[in-house]
Amino acid sequence: MATMSYIQAITDALRTQLKSDDKTLIFGEDVGKNGGVFRATDGLQAEFGEDRVFDTPLAESGIIGLSTGLALQGFRPIPEIQFFGFVFEAMDQIAGQLSRTRYRTNGTVNVPVTIRSPFGGGTHTPEMHADSLEAMVASVPGLRVVTPSNPYDAKGLLISSIKNNDPVIFLENLKLYRSMKADVPEGEYEVPLDKANVVREGSDLTIIAYSAEVNESLKVAEKLEKEGKSVEVVDLRSLAPIDFETIVKSAEKTHRVLVVQEAQRLAGVASKVVSEISERAILALDAPIGRISAPDTIYPFGLAEDDWLPNADDIEAKAREILEFN
Amino acid sequence: MSEVKFVDFVAKKNELQEKVEPLQVVNGKGEIVNQAVFDKYSDEDLVKFMKLMVWERTLHQRSNALTRQGRLGFYAPTEGQEASGMGSQLAFKSTDFMLPAYRDIPQLIQHGLPIWKAFLWSRGHVLGNDYTDENVQALAPQIIIGAQYIETAGVALGLKKNKTKDTVAFTYTGDGGTSQGDFYEGINFAGAFQVPAVFFIQNNGYAISVPRHVQTAAVTLAQKGMAAGIPYVQVDGMDFLAVYETAKAAREYAAAGNGPVLIETLTFRFGPHTNAGDDPKRYRSPEEEQPWFDNDPLIRYRKILTDKGLWSEEIEASYVDEVKDEIKAAIKKADEAPKQKISEFLENVFEVPTPEVAEQIKAFKAKEAK
Repeated sequence: MATMSYIQAITDALRTQLKSDDKTLIFGEDVGKNGGVFRATDGLQAEFGEDRVFDTPLAESGIIGLSTGLALQGFRPIPEIQFFGFVFEAMDQIAGQLSRTRYRTNGTVNVPVTIRSPFGGGTHTPEMHADSLEAMVASVPGLRVVTPSNPYDAKGLLISSIKNNDPVIFLENLKLYRSMKADVPEGEYEVPLDKANVVREGSDLTIIAYSAEVNESLKVAEKLEKEGKSVEVVDLRSLAPIDFETIVKSAEKTHRVLVVQEAQRLAGVASKVVSEISERAILALDAPIGRISAPDTIYPFGLAEDDWLPNADDIEAKAREILEFN
Repeated sequence: MSEVKFVDFVAKKNELQEKVEPLQVVNGKGEIVNQAVFDKYSDEDLVKFMKLMVWERTLHQRSNALTRQGRLGFYAPTEGQEASGMGSQLAFKSTDFMLPAYRDIPQLIQHGLPIWKAFLWSRGHVLGNDYTDENVQALAPQIIIGAQYIETAGVALGLKKNKTKDTVAFTYTGDGGTSQGDFYEGINFAGAFQVPAVFFIQNNGYAISVPRHVQTAAVTLAQKGMAAGIPYVQVDGMDFLAVYETAKAAREYAAAGNGPVLIETLTFRFGPHTNAGDDPKRYRSPEEEQPWFDNDPLIRYRKILTDKGLWSEEIEASYVDEVKDEIKAAIKKADEAPKQKISEFLENVFEVPTPEVAEQIKAFKAKEAK
């Protein structure tokens, strides 16, 4: 065990995979000598050489198209999109090309590409750096979307993503990069990609969240516990697929559900979770399912960020409303 | 104070307008304009080249008819582009990796895809894209204009990293494709990484209805290679030998580790964009079309070969019959393809079906069993 920040856990995961599989390649903008603008790939080029870890020209569509081509030649590319807000540049190469390759070749060609990218608000970035665009990729058949909420999961889920033969969008939470530290096992371990995680058990209410909102939800659970309310918190971990078995089981246990996302309320991951529970477990519920999300504006200007992002206070208020519903 | 010009943009613009003559071996009148290159090829070679063009023309004619009869689905006519398509593809080995677009089906077939599978692709059947049995080194035809250019850079980088000997990636787009960002990103990545790739622009004058001059102010499309730092050339796309000779040199150059090449072939699509309702009369005049029809690559090579006593109407007719039989057999085989199942499509989405997909597979299997 070693204490690692969220981003150190990611670097460590990348190192294990560069070591264990010589077909893995890391590339993108500034990932080489500079070690990434957040240092996620720090030291990897020096350790593994420019053939395995390299900078590319500055073009997101090019980076993903390159990945598909390399995968066709037997490589296991791990490209980086420097900020997920830049993904619009690469949407055809992701949703029109990469994600369809296995399907359109009759299941004969796998493209094991893991696209890493930071996302999420709270760090006062310029425009197009913090948007929660996960629903856009989670609605593409053939793509997996993974969103770790802590260092242990970040490392284990990244290793699983790289080893998996499907294309994965691996979304790293920008705010958690350095603000969160935890004990992380050394060496290789996997966290399953299809499994949500009950991070806290409870019996009165289930809060379902992912990425940074898991930590906000845990704060609420701790606060309510002091008042004798037992709150279960489920971390989705994967947004595509969503582990409906775990969330339905939890809903049937607590009978009250709140779903939390940082993204806007518009068609999104929370809507999908609400739908699954509605279809599969509505008769087990004692209250309408609640939903916390950001308002339906474009991601706000930096100074207004704190007023816009859903936080523990918003979650707590909604949680109380659901708990009190009769 | 006198007018001292530090930089003269008018002069610079004029420099950019300088006309380039495309490479040629046999001109539109069927005259040999490069005897040294022409003499490199034997009579057998010339017959082989002629047959390839007649093969593509016949495939086109039959595909056209089969589409009208409802026996094929999507079809993008290739008539007029035989020298460009066949002349380029012939320069490559079956171990080279091809990334075709939807009008490049004849090249894909010559690269190893059985005609019956090409027909299945046209009809909309997944087996048309399953290349495992024949080990065709290609990606299924691209629909999104230009996207294949980047993937080509990736495949070629993979070949380079794997140190695969004497192997290149090659791809095609049209004149419209050169306006896409992916076109530029593809040639630029290929140049930056110095990968073994050959990029073809088959400039047939129109992107559906939009003429070449609307796409760009550049005098040639080939010169776009200059910005990426890769060698480029424009070639007469109605001249089989010019295309073949250029493609061969490009392949040799790329395979030797020198980096990528960009080739523009000047050609013309005699027919519509696709058989789904496009009418070229809406955007092309007969005055514009006629010189291109006269410039038919088959006409000029028929003349050369006939003069040499290598070709005749009878030889051509008998070869066309052979090709027609081949196509007939392919249609028959395509007709035998199994009905597609949605449950199988679902199985192809992920390597291991996710729980939700597994639920859907179960539901569709139950439906399909009825």
